[in-house]
Amino acid sequence: MKVGIPRETYAGERRVAATPMTVSRMRKLGLEVVVQAGAGEAADYSDAAYMETGAEIAPDAAALWGQADIVLKVRPPSMPPDGPSEADLLKEGGSLIAFLWPGQNKELVERLGKRKATVLAMDAVPRITRAQKMDALSAMANLVGYRAVIEAASSLGRLMGGQMTAAGRSAPANVLIVGAGVAGLAAIAAAKGLGATVRAFDTRPAVREQVESLGATFLEMKFEESGEGEGGYAKEMSEAFVAAEQALIAQHAKASDVVITTALVPGRPAPVLLTSGAVVSMAAGSVIVDLAAEQGGNCPLTERDKMVEKFGKKILGFTDLASRLARQASDLYAMTVFNLLEDVYDEKAGKIELDLEDEVHRGTVVLYEGKLLWPPPTRPRPRSAAPQPDKKKPAHAAHGAHATPAPSKGGPWPAIVIGALLLTAGYFAGGEFVEHLTVFLLAVVVGWHVIWNVNPALHTPLMSVTNAISGIILVGGILLMRGGGIGAVTVISAVAILIATINVAGGFLVTQRMLRMFRR
Amino acid sequence: MIGSIASIQRLAYLAASLLFIFSLRGLSTQETARRGNLSGIVGMVLAVVVTALALRAPGASTAGTDAWGLLAGGIAVGATIGAILAARVAMTSMPELVAILHSFVGAAAVLVGIANYLEADPATGGGSAVHEVEIVVGVFIGAITFAGSVVAFGKLRGTIGSKPLLLPGRHLANLVMTVACVVLSAMFMGVPSPAGLWALLAITGIACVLGAHLVLAIGGGDMPVVVSMLNSYSGWAAAAAGFMLSNDLLIVTGALVGSSGAILSMIMCRAMNRSIVNVIFGGFGAAPPKGVAAKGPAGPIQEATVPQVVDLLASARSVIVVPGYGMAVAQAQHPVKELTTLLQKRGTKVRYAIHPVAGRLPGHMNVLLAEADVSYELVKEMDEINEDFGDTDLAIVIGANDIVNPGALTDTSSPIYGMPVLEVWKAARVVMMKRSMSAGYAGVDNPLSYRENTLMLFGDAKQTVSKLVTSLQAVSSEAA
Repeated sequence: MKVGIPRETYAGERRVAATPMTVSRMRKLGLEVVVQAGAGEAADYSDAAYMETGAEIAPDAAALWGQADIVLKVRPPSMPPDGPSEADLLKEGGSLIAFLWPGQNKELVERLGKRKATVLAMDAVPRITRAQKMDALSAMANLVGYRAVIEAASSLGRLMGGQMTAAGRSAPANVLIVGAGVAGLAAIAAAKGLGATVRAFDTRPAVREQVESLGATFLEMKFEESGEGEGGYAKEMSEAFVAAEQALIAQHAKASDVVITTALVPGRPAPVLLTSGAVVSMAAGSVIVDLAAEQGGNCPLTERDKMVEKFGKKILGFTDLASRLARQASDLYAMTVFNLLEDVYDEKAGKIELDLEDEVHRGTVVLYEGKLLWPPPTRPRPRSAAPQPDKKKPAHAAHGAHATPAPSKGGPWPAIVIGALLLTAGYFAGGEFVEHLTVFLLAVVVGWHVIWNVNPALHTPLMSVTNAISGIILVGGILLMRGGGIGAVTVISAVAILIATINVAGGFLVTQRMLRMFRR
Repeated sequence: MIGSIASIQRLAYLAASLLFIFSLRGLSTQETARRGNLSGIVGMVLAVVVTALALRAPGASTAGTDAWGLLAGGIAVGATIGAILAARVAMTSMPELVAILHSFVGAAAVLVGIANYLEADPATGGGSAVHEVEIVVGVFIGAITFAGSVVAFGKLRGTIGSKPLLLPGRHLANLVMTVACVVLSAMFMGVPSPAGLWALLAITGIACVLGAHLVLAIGGGDMPVVVSMLNSYSGWAAAAAGFMLSNDLLIVTGALVGSSGAILSMIMCRAMNRSIVNVIFGGFGAAPPKGVAAKGPAGPIQEATVPQVVDLLASARSVIVVPGYGMAVAQAQHPVKELTTLLQKRGTKVRYAIHPVAGRLPGHMNVLLAEADVSYELVKEMDEINEDFGDTDLAIVIGANDIVNPGALTDTSSPIYGMPVLEVWKAARVVMMKRSMSAGYAGVDNPLSYRENTLMLFGDAKQTVSKLVTSLQAVSSEAA
């Protein structure tokens, strides 16, 4: 198996999908690696550095794509309206791991499908605990947030921190961050680090704690609507809410030297949060960094990939902020890509083997040997107080969601044998028994499926609850009392009722006691 | 009458079954867990009230009313005892409580079976062969659950030794007992009620012995699996009672509990990389303890003092705490939490690593840490954290042994070979807190103790950790 690392063709893209470090780790997995000449140049990795860790160098794109079985990339393969697409260069039956945005690049996905390709999208890695090491979006968002502050600071005509000098005193700059996802939080940290006074706004009250933990002030909006959406993303809000939101942001923007907006709702144009009116009212020389520029911007005056001056304020709409930290961004991205590759690559089989029961594999795969598998079936996401527009909060984000152990792969034989026995029994017993058997088997299957997703931390409470529930035998005792009289049957039933009740009461109460202790 | 009593009752049972399903579903994530518990309670109350009311419904035999006093009394006393148990139990003895509660379900199932036999109500198919088979099965499973849980309880409390009891020819003995039960049930079915009672009681007795013997043969290290297996059995027992009473609610609920318990056991087994058959019939220590004495890598160990460990703690940038059953025994979770809070204040990165089978009950450590108010975001599972040990300055193992045994990965002769473990030895330094050099539950020596980067800190976990906290506080305030 040969892994290929092409040079990125997108204008201004400086990142690369593998570093000498990840190359050497791929070699350890038994993979050969070929790197296109100059692929890492913009990220300060020379061809020689790759060769040192065991990579071959391919002179040009054609040579690279021609021999690579698995291609690792940053941007989606190019799709020029006229010329040939990188997608067509991929080996028939080859594999590709890159940012793909399959929702927006349908045509590209089709082209790749024709190549019978297996394609994994880095932007589709599910946000669950186990997959954090593959979460390229968060890794990039973190850098973007930092860089946004640096860009703002370099365009701002004053210091970020406050100073008292012989020549006069200056107050710290006021920075307003709109949207406290990973990028927003990283921006808060960076701005704080430079000495600025930071305020942050987010529609989700749950992030208050994270904002405050970084030393910023959380701006609260008094409005009855929570912005918490599926999977920790913010959801779209009602008009009245948006108006209230814009008013609040405008009010605070007025007193801010720097405004950084990071609000994105997945798959939608970015919401307008910083209105033209708000920009006008800001002090001259203020800087606005709009991280949502790629999706139209949170400010209507933003122009993509440009710095523009409007009403005496600078508005930065750069979309290549991660690329401006090319080396670091490449290191982090390459690591997430490698982690995903390691997870899906079967060393023994010598190829990518996907387990479609695995939540990470299922979520990330777009095409499997040419077959379209995207989007994955939706599963209920934990409503964790996590992330936000586009970017999610750092490291400890998606707790609560746990890897789904795939239901047992042990052959179906035991189940078939037991089923056959039961059915035979049913045939001979007949009548009512068959009815009961139906109910029984259905319930077994339901129980089986209900439990697989359980979070390991909850095993003990789960057990004590099922234990309490199995005290349902108490009902059996009651039913037996219908004969009446104080005979042996009644007395035995009474004893059964008594001990079953101990179980019911004890089980439920102790569960409650345990659950009360769990906290974030 | 359209809404007859019977159909109201059935609808209520349907609602209760659904509530139980929601309950189990709810228990699978932190966010919904409490709601899950609540819907279980509501379902149970609904089921019991409706069943009790049906006793004196118009048309039911008036005799039903006599039983009410007894019924109410039984429930009141049972609920009181249950509530007291639940309120009093220490979180560290949770496994025992769960085990003993399982035995109650087993016993209740046996009693229900016997009473049902004596009642011989034609309405529930009394007297037919199918019904009698149902009774035998219910009583058999109930008795196994009962006796097995009592033994598990004893083992967890320590009143029964944790070493597996491996009688010669134990598989044969199990087989003989099972066959005896089959023969007895044939005899039981031949005669009309109550003449067959002796056979039924004999089956109960044999099944009790069988259940006790099965659990006795399983080593202490496998207790999490055993407890969840008994949980499963208690469900099957309830389902069997449902068959004999022709009651769908019991069948559904029993089956839910039965299959959920079975899955939990499988999850546990997978965590230990062993097959469930191996656990049930093999016993952990089943393999004769080869090499424990013979080729124990007994080398010199490095014993540490409290000040030494405090120095390590003070200079570490990242610390991972690995709690085990020893922490539970010493009730050290609170001082441990204090220690980690102190470290965090000093800017040290602290995390907890939990092995899936740490403790004596699935999720045992999580419950203890939650009791000590440790944020569950700091608590990592084995898969999440194993590769982070390499970047960690200090791993502190508190009362854990088998789950951090490097031999499980390297020593093919080790009885726990193949079990995934927490790879603490990859950390720059390891401090192992133990009471003594004795082996863990699996009875295996731990080569971790002899490694160069391992320091042993002997003593009661609670006292030792408290000392660490005090000294570290002193160091911190000096520095401040």
